[in-house]
Amino acid sequence: MRFLVQVRATADSEAGVVPSEELLTEMSKYNEELAKAGVMLAGEGLLPSSKGARVHFSGRDTTVVDGPFAETKELIAGYWVFEVKSLEEAVEWVRRVPNPDGSLGVIEIRQVAEADDFGEEFTPELREQEERLRQRLAENR
Amino acid sequence: MAATETHRAIDAVWRIESAKIIAALTRIVRDLGLAEELAQDALVAALEQWPDTGVPDNPGAWLMAVAKRRAVDVIRRARLLERKQEELGADPPRPREEPEPDDVGDDLLRLMFTACHPALSTEARVALTLRLLGGLTTAEIARAFLVPESTVAQRIVRAKRTLARDKVPFEVPSGDELAPRLASVLEVVYLIFNEGYSATAGEDWMRPALCADALRLGRILCGLAPKEPEVHGLVALMELQASRARARTDRSGTPILLMDQNRGRWDRLLIQRGLAALRRAEELGGLGGPYTVQAAIAACHARAVTPEQTDWVRIAALYELLAALTPSPVVELNRAVALSMAFGAGAGLDLVDELAAEPSLANYHLLPSVRGDLLARLGRDEEARTEFERAAGLTRNARERAVLLGRAASCAAHHAVEPRGEQAEDDSG
Repeated sequence: MRFLVQVRATADSEAGVVPSEELLTEMSKYNEELAKAGVMLAGEGLLPSSKGARVHFSGRDTTVVDGPFAETKELIAGYWVFEVKSLEEAVEWVRRVPNPDGSLGVIEIRQVAEADDFGEEFTPELREQEERLRQRLAENR
Repeated sequence: MAATETHRAIDAVWRIESAKIIAALTRIVRDLGLAEELAQDALVAALEQWPDTGVPDNPGAWLMAVAKRRAVDVIRRARLLERKQEELGADPPRPREEPEPDDVGDDLLRLMFTACHPALSTEARVALTLRLLGGLTTAEIARAFLVPESTVAQRIVRAKRTLARDKVPFEVPSGDELAPRLASVLEVVYLIFNEGYSATAGEDWMRPALCADALRLGRILCGLAPKEPEVHGLVALMELQASRARARTDRSGTPILLMDQNRGRWDRLLIQRGLAALRRAEELGGLGGPYTVQAAIAACHARAVTPEQTDWVRIAALYELLAALTPSPVVELNRAVALSMAFGAGAGLDLVDELAAEPSLANYHLLPSVRGDLLARLGRDEEARTEFERAAGLTRNARERAVLLGRAASCAAHHAVEPRGEQAEDDSG
């Protein structure tokens, strides 16, 4: 099972405060441990939302709003992609994320969906449509 | 936390920690079977205590401490026995307690080499590796390989007995011994992967959980032996093959051949990882090992956004290289297909005709199937029909037989046959 592990932003991460050396050292040790256990497929830290943007949809119209965004605790400051056997295993790994300076707030674990997870709602036609879309995306690469 | 929740957390901790604990204990007590028992004792202690106390902050260290304490007890008791034997004038068993650095990685690597020791049968190596390093239960292994649980349990017991009887040392082999022993480890991991990727038994054509287990073992091995090019080559091969997993069957479970797959469904993350692993393998050892070369072939497909963009010239050259490293008529047949895709059906047919005399391919349905395909592409319909019919008579797969008979019929009707060259170069490349 694949999980997206999202590290939620904090006031510090949003302010672009550089993490302490201690945190960086422990985090790189942790990442190494994840990689050595064959668990981590990907992982990246994100810049503050002030470097990002949002696209709002309203009917056919879109509006672009540049960052920063206010609701800090809902923002994402980094992520991992884990491949593990169960949600519990993902939880067990996340419990081990180092937090030497107490700066971490919330880490949210979400399972990555496979087509089969959409069940009956995902009709053959929809599925085909999605497959066509993926095909086009691949061709445009 | 409710008791069932704690039990599920313990399961998860066990999956993460068990291999490290068993490996460290084996180094201490020098007996794999005993080490696993001691580790199980620690697990039982956790099952008894954690529902009341909660999961400790560092569950791995907790389990390791309990297990090591029991190991020390065992050693102490053995020493006591030894002293008594000495007093009785018996031959003392050799004391074994050379102090060694407490390196988890080294222990894990030793455990992997021990579990894949050539003294064991292939089935035993697979079962022991999944159990000790993959953290799977006997029941899970039995389910994955569709055999009774008692069979797996027996294999494991016998394997441990063999290791003890042969006094297999708990070590990473060195010198001339390393290469063949590493090959044995890689073979076991790839076997597990293939059992998942093209299930040899049962209803499902794929058992993705086994592929995931093998990939995890391979990725762990990359961390333990980062300088071995073929370790990265194998992982590259597995990542690239796994990237196609969800495109390999249609909704009803019918296999889809490589060239017909919807490439948009290929897993880009795994492709990226596979290509990165291949780069590392090539940096370390060039195209010097069979796994790396096979990964390079798989990478040709992964890089081709459409089937038409496939670099068949390179694939043909890589198959030639593979044939030189691991000569095999099946590799030659794949090379013939690649040649036909690169340079036309005639180029492939010459090689296939050479293979026709190969006794090991006499009952291999893909040989007449490929030959039929090439003949059909050359417009030699009548000969093609005979080959397809022969192939249909040889295959044991009902769906494949139907396809082959259909092609035979269309040759007989002198229908224009769509060029298809991927029969042998199916999804293994």
